[in-house]
Amino acid sequence: MSARYAVEARDVHKRYGAVRALAGVTLEVEEGEFFGLLGPNGAGKTTLISALGGLAIADSGTLRVMGHDVRSDYRAARVCVGIVPQEIVFDPFFTVRETLEFQSGYFGLRSNGAWIDELIERLALTPKANANMRSLSGGMKRRVMVAQALVHRPPVIVLDEPTAGVDVELRQTLWSFIRGLNEAGHTILLTTHYLEEAQQLCARIAMMKDGRIIALDSTARLLAAFSGRVLRVKLLRGPLPEMLAADAVEDPAGGWRIPIADMAEVERALARLREAGAAIESLEVTEPELEQVFVKIMSLDNARLRGEEPVPFPP
Amino acid sequence: MRGFPTLLRKELARFWKVAFQTVAAPVVSALLYLLVFAHALAGRVQAFPGVSYVEFLIPGLAMMAMLQNAFANSSSSLIQSKITGNIVFILLPPLAPAEVFLAYLLAAVARGMVVGLGVFAATLWIVPVPLHHPVWAIAFALVGSALLGTLGIIAGVWSEKFDQLAAFQNFLVMPLTFLAGVFYSVRTLPPFWREVSRLNPFFYAVDGFRYGFFGQSDIEPGVSLAFATGDFAVLSLLTLHLLSRGWKLRH
Repeated sequence: MSARYAVEARDVHKRYGAVRALAGVTLEVEEGEFFGLLGPNGAGKTTLISALGGLAIADSGTLRVMGHDVRSDYRAARVCVGIVPQEIVFDPFFTVRETLEFQSGYFGLRSNGAWIDELIERLALTPKANANMRSLSGGMKRRVMVAQALVHRPPVIVLDEPTAGVDVELRQTLWSFIRGLNEAGHTILLTTHYLEEAQQLCARIAMMKDGRIIALDSTARLLAAFSGRVLRVKLLRGPLPEMLAADAVEDPAGGWRIPIADMAEVERALARLREAGAAIESLEVTEPELEQVFVKIMSLDNARLRGEEPVPFPP
Repeated sequence: MRGFPTLLRKELARFWKVAFQTVAAPVVSALLYLLVFAHALAGRVQAFPGVSYVEFLIPGLAMMAMLQNAFANSSSSLIQSKITGNIVFILLPPLAPAEVFLAYLLAAVARGMVVGLGVFAATLWIVPVPLHHPVWAIAFALVGSALLGTLGIIAGVWSEKFDQLAAFQNFLVMPLTFLAGVFYSVRTLPPFWREVSRLNPFFYAVDGFRYGFFGQSDIEPGVSLAFATGDFAVLSLLTLHLLSRGWKLRH
């Protein structure tokens, strides 16, 4: 057997009728990684996660969690993974604590009270521990789902858009909690539409589109290859001086964005603005953003699909 | 069998928490049938020699309530979980298909038994029914509830919407339980309908159950038990097969 990965996908295919949800996905996530799975809606992220947890059955290919095949060795595979599904779902018959006790029991854990208490406390659910699930806010239900995925202390934790619809404060609590789990050795696989979050949290990223992985690399290398620093300029009045206008693009938020390679270029740009007598309203240098990487990779793939040019993939 | 006891406990808690709806309501329905039919038909129908119509009716109504509620328990639990989406919490843990099957089955049987006992408790003050062969009565109560509990699992897994389940209930379970000889002895039917009744798998459960009380039945109880158990075995194997394949549950 090859080296054991936390998650391993080999040429996984899945069709829903005419829709090709997964078209040959190959992916390895190492133990202890904080891994991001990004892509537009319908890219196949949730299908891949469903197949990992046995909610969907792949048509072909193999999927392993901690070396256990999700079909032939499903019991061991499911013990190793905790999945937080994307949709908020709950059983309206039970309280928060009952929900967690039942979930624990499904994994064969009978005396798990201490860990359940800890989960309730760390996810700030203590005041609602004995309240019916129905009475909880959306964000709280989401945190119960996180706790449900963690009752059996799985080495691999999969979060499918865990912060959708969750307010800023809760998001911070959740991330510091998840980061703590990662530091304690848990492998985290995350999908999110908030690319800043992915950029801050994930050491490695795969981008999916139309059921395929179209980019897979460390976050740092993706940023270096596809994004750069940008000088954002807003003028009080008048157009951008011609010498700068060639490289600049209009910023949807107002003003212009000028790509810059290094700080010397910032100096040059400023000198030109001064020469042209432009009155500057605001000026900032933005660091590389994953959002740019995402947009660029998606549009490169679209171009490739139209047969326009070969895609320069990152090293 | 690690997760099975918990899933069973959860399924029992689910119906017990709303016992007013899941136990009291069917007991009241059975009582209403008893009052109306006993009033309308007493004296006109002689089912078994030496057994009054009201007495005859009570085990039949109890069995009908057991069958319908065993079916309702597993089918409604599954459809609710599927529609609200919380079925994922049962699909994600390492529960074997047999564990899922047994948990839903035993909870359905438990609900059937509780409802059956409720019907007898409620009718005790009207007419106490004799109990000649309790072992036969218990055996048929268990097999009948198990048969319908299993059918409920299939219906719950198959249905994608509440109206599909309602169709299953209204066009299959209701007619078959109503026409299972609950209100009459099939001996009183014309020969053709007597033969048709024998094709109804629920008929054997009702008839055999009644044997436990009066020591008389339309069919030899051993034969009825063999039929009911055989039907249950076939449906169980089918259910296990469907659950192992993840039919309608795992895409």
